[in-house]
Amino acid sequence: MSNLAYLLVIVPLVVLVGVAVFVVTRRTGEGTPLGGRGSDRPGVASPGEQRGDPGVATLPDTVADATDEPVPSDHVGVVDDPPGTLDGVDVVEAPPEMPERATFSNRLARARTALSGALGSIRGHATVDAETWDDLEEALIRADVGVGPTAALLDAVRARARKDAITTPEGLIEAVKSEMVDRLLVPIDLRVSAEAPTIWLFVGVNGVGKTTTIGKVGKRLRDDGHTVLMAAGDTFRAAAAEQLATWSERCGADLVRGAEGADPSAVIFDGVAKAAAAGTEYVLADTAGRLHTKSNLMDELRKVRRVADKGAGEVTESLLVLDATTGQNGLAQARQFTEAIDLTGVVLTKLDGSAKGGIVFAIQSELGIPVKLVGLGEQAEDLVEFDPEQFVEALFEPVPGSV
Amino acid sequence: MFETLSDRFEGIFRRLRNSGHLDESEVDEVLREIRIALLEADVNVAVVRNLQRRVRDRAVGAQAHQALTSAQQIIKIVNEELVETLGGATIRITYASKPPTVVLMAGLQGSGKTTNSAKLARWFKAQGRNPLLVGADLQRPAAVEQLRVLASQIDVPVFSVPTNPVEVARGAVAEARRLGRDVVIVDTAGRLAIDAEMMEQVRQISAEVEPDYTFLVVDAMLGQDAVTVAEGFHASLSLDGVILTKLDGDARGGAALSVKEVVGRPIAFASTGEKLEDFDLFHPDRLAGRILGMGDMLSLIEKAEEAFDADQAEQAAARLMEGTFTFDDFVEQMNAIRRMGPLSSIIGMLPGIPKEVRDVEIGDREVNRIEAIIRSMTSAERANPDLIDGSRRQRIAKGSGTNAAEVGQLISQFKEMRKMIQGMGGGAMKRVKKKTRKGQRKSARSAGRSGRTTEKGTVPSVPSKRMPGLDPLADQLEKAGIEIPGLPRGLGDG
Repeated sequence: MSNLAYLLVIVPLVVLVGVAVFVVTRRTGEGTPLGGRGSDRPGVASPGEQRGDPGVATLPDTVADATDEPVPSDHVGVVDDPPGTLDGVDVVEAPPEMPERATFSNRLARARTALSGALGSIRGHATVDAETWDDLEEALIRADVGVGPTAALLDAVRARARKDAITTPEGLIEAVKSEMVDRLLVPIDLRVSAEAPTIWLFVGVNGVGKTTTIGKVGKRLRDDGHTVLMAAGDTFRAAAAEQLATWSERCGADLVRGAEGADPSAVIFDGVAKAAAAGTEYVLADTAGRLHTKSNLMDELRKVRRVADKGAGEVTESLLVLDATTGQNGLAQARQFTEAIDLTGVVLTKLDGSAKGGIVFAIQSELGIPVKLVGLGEQAEDLVEFDPEQFVEALFEPVPGSV
Repeated sequence: MFETLSDRFEGIFRRLRNSGHLDESEVDEVLREIRIALLEADVNVAVVRNLQRRVRDRAVGAQAHQALTSAQQIIKIVNEELVETLGGATIRITYASKPPTVVLMAGLQGSGKTTNSAKLARWFKAQGRNPLLVGADLQRPAAVEQLRVLASQIDVPVFSVPTNPVEVARGAVAEARRLGRDVVIVDTAGRLAIDAEMMEQVRQISAEVEPDYTFLVVDAMLGQDAVTVAEGFHASLSLDGVILTKLDGDARGGAALSVKEVVGRPIAFASTGEKLEDFDLFHPDRLAGRILGMGDMLSLIEKAEEAFDADQAEQAAARLMEGTFTFDDFVEQMNAIRRMGPLSSIIGMLPGIPKEVRDVEIGDREVNRIEAIIRSMTSAERANPDLIDGSRRQRIAKGSGTNAAEVGQLISQFKEMRKMIQGMGGGAMKRVKKKTRKGQRKSARSAGRSGRTTEKGTVPSVPSKRMPGLDPLADQLEKAGIEIPGLPRGLGDG
């Protein structure tokens, strides 16, 4: 059996490489760039559109009619225009009340100590030298910004330093900060739909805090006087619906849940229908945590997204919930999730710990997906709007007990 | 997708192919690339620096008396260092002389403590023990409920009272004695290492239950913060080991290295899937290859074993030996690979596949196109592609909506491939068989409960990174005019 195991791998791999080589040579042979897909060769039997993949279609489905698209159209990216350009979609007013709401500075104060981090040693120098640049690089990498984005950023800062004749380490640090802030300054308003209900979908890998985030968002909306329904689309994890039920009770939101193992799109569809019938303003749709590498689960999510848009209202936000402790894998997550359901933003959770969440910088600069909300603690008030300046400021704060 | 180490070395190799030797500045160049690879795998900056220093010392030292250091040797040294750092002594679970044996689970929010408490309970059960799960996470809504649901799936009792976590801990051991359970696994709430109040609470829980093992549950996706987390928990709880979770994603898991370096305790268990049985003792050498981005053949094999059934495999093997691999087999294999996951991610797991090929998006569209061509052949043509002449090619092209040139290309690619596979079916198979047996013994040993413990703590084993019998892949690529970095070939010989 042991050699069989190897054989099992080798044979398909040889086949696979064969397929790959075939694709490569065909492309180079024809000189067809990757971009030309879809429009060329009208005769092709459009095989990519055989939907109803076995992994997705088998679930007991109360909304089966709604999901099966008669015309195999490109299901991703049709609905979402750039922020603010859809007619009838306006912007949620930032609620002016609640002055006690947490801010970066007072929440992060807990994590601050007088210890000198990498920047301390930069400031210790009188002039800018090679070591200064190394220290800057290290500070950024330590914050999970990543090697590539760090290099790109420092290149920009170098150019700026030459242009503005920056000679002090302090000046350099300020230049880095302002370069970063510039890149993070984008509109972050959460959009509402013209026709109720407004549907916000929360997705992410396991354990990032999706359910908790929905609880907090729901609480905030309720405090601001809105009506909210929570749809317990995580039908996989044991007791996930109970967790959401606790939150819905706390803040007085409606809850729609299905049996464990039920089709999440059906649960969310029911939630939307119920919200529409009751005139509820917001539907917050929870989904099960899923690794972005599991294609069947990502297909399931595509279906959830499609179905959520079928009923009344509109999905105006698809938010990736991302744990601030996540390292470079965060970029891969964002890439796969946005490929599947067109993300509109990131919710960065657990930023009250020692992690800096620098990966969101890479996500913003490479994929153009902005951070919209930030979780700074366990209380509902600890979910706040993203503030680039304070985020960057905190990025350079020393971490207690760092090596 | 990450650039793998092999991509990075491609450039260096091209330049150095003739000499094969590295002078000191070239060693530094290679080390710089390794640094980037490690940082991209989320290994902590400080840990990378130490590692780099050790590798440089060894590389330059080796040079001194051999006057020969190739880049491949450096990678080999890095790999050895990684395995050594990650490996150490594999944890040996010993049971308390006076039961119950108590295990405390701690970690950040969302690292997977509750799920892995249940997984660990299942593991203990498989060892013939009678675990009791203790729900001391009263913080997160429904955490205890989650534990109860999971526990009922593996038929393990749960103890919890809705008072406070320290109370729960206090009652847990007595409850285990009352029920005659010999292992107690205490699930605690997620907490930040810098949250003094919560850390004090878990210290009190620990004082109540006096655990034999305290495990830190760590998410494989953890970034640079891993060091701070590990230090914080280790200072409060004095950890005995680490449980690495969510390894089934594509995170490279460099954080594990950081944690191991800081805590100095082994990574005891790894969780590789959502099912409760996706959990076992940790294999350090696998993770080393993964961190270096050298492909993860072992995980690939596991995936393949899931996707193929034994009967089908046996038939395919038989046909291989006979040398009658047809287009039908090709389609069957191709579809089996599709079951393993997205094709591009599988290619990414292969060692030594050059960037040009790896970066190709092979979507359903591409594969369906190939399938369309094959399905447009008659069964006779599928069994014997030599039948296909110009007019048949035209017909096939028409039937599949492609063009004759494409059909011709697929056929010649297929023939090439068949030759490779048949070559393997003959002589190479014997080699594979022999090497595999050897490999199996080795991995069986390292997977053993006791691990490879010697007086010095560790026996670094350098696993062969190039799978035996994989040469056909390389040959196929070479024939297609795609250059292959020397990395995997060289490592296998090491």
